[in-house]
Amino acid sequence: MGLTPAGDPRLVQIDPGSQDGWVTTRLDFLVNWARAGSLWPMPFGTACCAIEFMATAASRFDLSRFGMERLSYSPRQADVLLCAGRVPLKLAPVLRRIYQQMPQPKWVISMGACASTGGMFDNYAVVQGIDTIIPVDVYVPGCPPRPEALMHGIIMLQKKVMRERLRDSSRHVEIDPDPTSQLYISPSRIDELSEPFGNSVHQTRSTP
Amino acid sequence: MAAVASDSNGAPITPSNVPHSGAAANPTAAVLAARFGDAVIRSEVIWGETTVFVTREALHAVIRFLHDDPGERYDYLVDVTAVEYRDGARPIEVVWHLRALGHRRFLRLKVELPKRGPLWVPSVIDIYSGADWLERECFDMFGIRFEGHPDLRRLLLWEQYKEGYPLRKDFPLRGRFSRSEQLKQALAADPEARYSMEELSIADAFHSLPQDMRARLAERSAHDEREEGE
Repeated sequence: MGLTPAGDPRLVQIDPGSQDGWVTTRLDFLVNWARAGSLWPMPFGTACCAIEFMATAASRFDLSRFGMERLSYSPRQADVLLCAGRVPLKLAPVLRRIYQQMPQPKWVISMGACASTGGMFDNYAVVQGIDTIIPVDVYVPGCPPRPEALMHGIIMLQKKVMRERLRDSSRHVEIDPDPTSQLYISPSRIDELSEPFGNSVHQTRSTP
Repeated sequence: MAAVASDSNGAPITPSNVPHSGAAANPTAAVLAARFGDAVIRSEVIWGETTVFVTREALHAVIRFLHDDPGERYDYLVDVTAVEYRDGARPIEVVWHLRALGHRRFLRLKVELPKRGPLWVPSVIDIYSGADWLERECFDMFGIRFEGHPDLRRLLLWEQYKEGYPLRKDFPLRGRFSRSEQLKQALAADPEARYSMEELSIADAFHSLPQDMRARLAERSAHDEREEGE
């Protein structure tokens, strides 16, 4: 039965010989099982990773084994935003808008080095990791990742979905930064704190 | 016709036997020098390609002549771009690549702009409509103003981009602002406020099409109606 190996104690079938064929289970498990088994991806492909994603979706690797064959080109009918490829800063508001348009519950897979970290494009035009714009659940490394790696990431996401609790509502609530909170650090303060390090996250301003 | 480079047997000269310098110049260079005099600064031939340096004041008239003159007929504007050299004393060069498909000629025009002076050149959009995005990209990347362009906005970067012109040599690779500031500004750009999400159909654009294209489309639709009638 899908994700459930035979004899899974979480899915108990009473009286297998009965014609009624009814089961008992925990609601958490059932909902998560249904969600994990039909994650509809919204492919946001901008570069070569999207080619590997196409290979993953095609017959040899067959994405439909994970219940993902229904690629959703509208964010309003998608569960997983699959960002494959580098994201230029000009696309940052578009990517965020797409994420905001997806209904809850939603997850994000960041596929490849560029989407996860900016990759080799450490320059003025490229977002240094989409987790600076939207929350990411699974990072798939590789340049580009092979379909096996993407499938590994998908299976990881399914495991993550299976672990969610319905009563824990924090996962599916979007929280904006609260400037009145004591934990809030303003962007300019973050700049200040990272000043001495001069890493790829922050660099000293060049002289005009 | 001397325009096609060919050897004594009439075979076209392939890149393997084109000398680095000293190959025959495009005959257009001599025509330009005779017609425009001092406005043509110099010309050179590198790898069989002729480059003509002209003043920026004369550029528009030169391109107009190259486009309209029956002997030249440069009907295809391949590219508009610019070059900045690491040597700070060398001027910035704006480059036009022109091709005469009928005469099989290729000509490169350059205008030198001193770095200290104002960076502007005349727009050739009234001669080649295709210059629109080429000039916008050149403005976006180098900050060169194309005077006369009706809609000189950034093309590749978003329009509110404040950090300067990325292909200039004084531009740091990672940009001038911190990453957080760059991201903040990028996210603040509202694409929907500036770009229409509606598709522009050929019918909407009909009145801005060139005359010959409008005539062809009208003829085509009349032809289709006749076929339906039969």
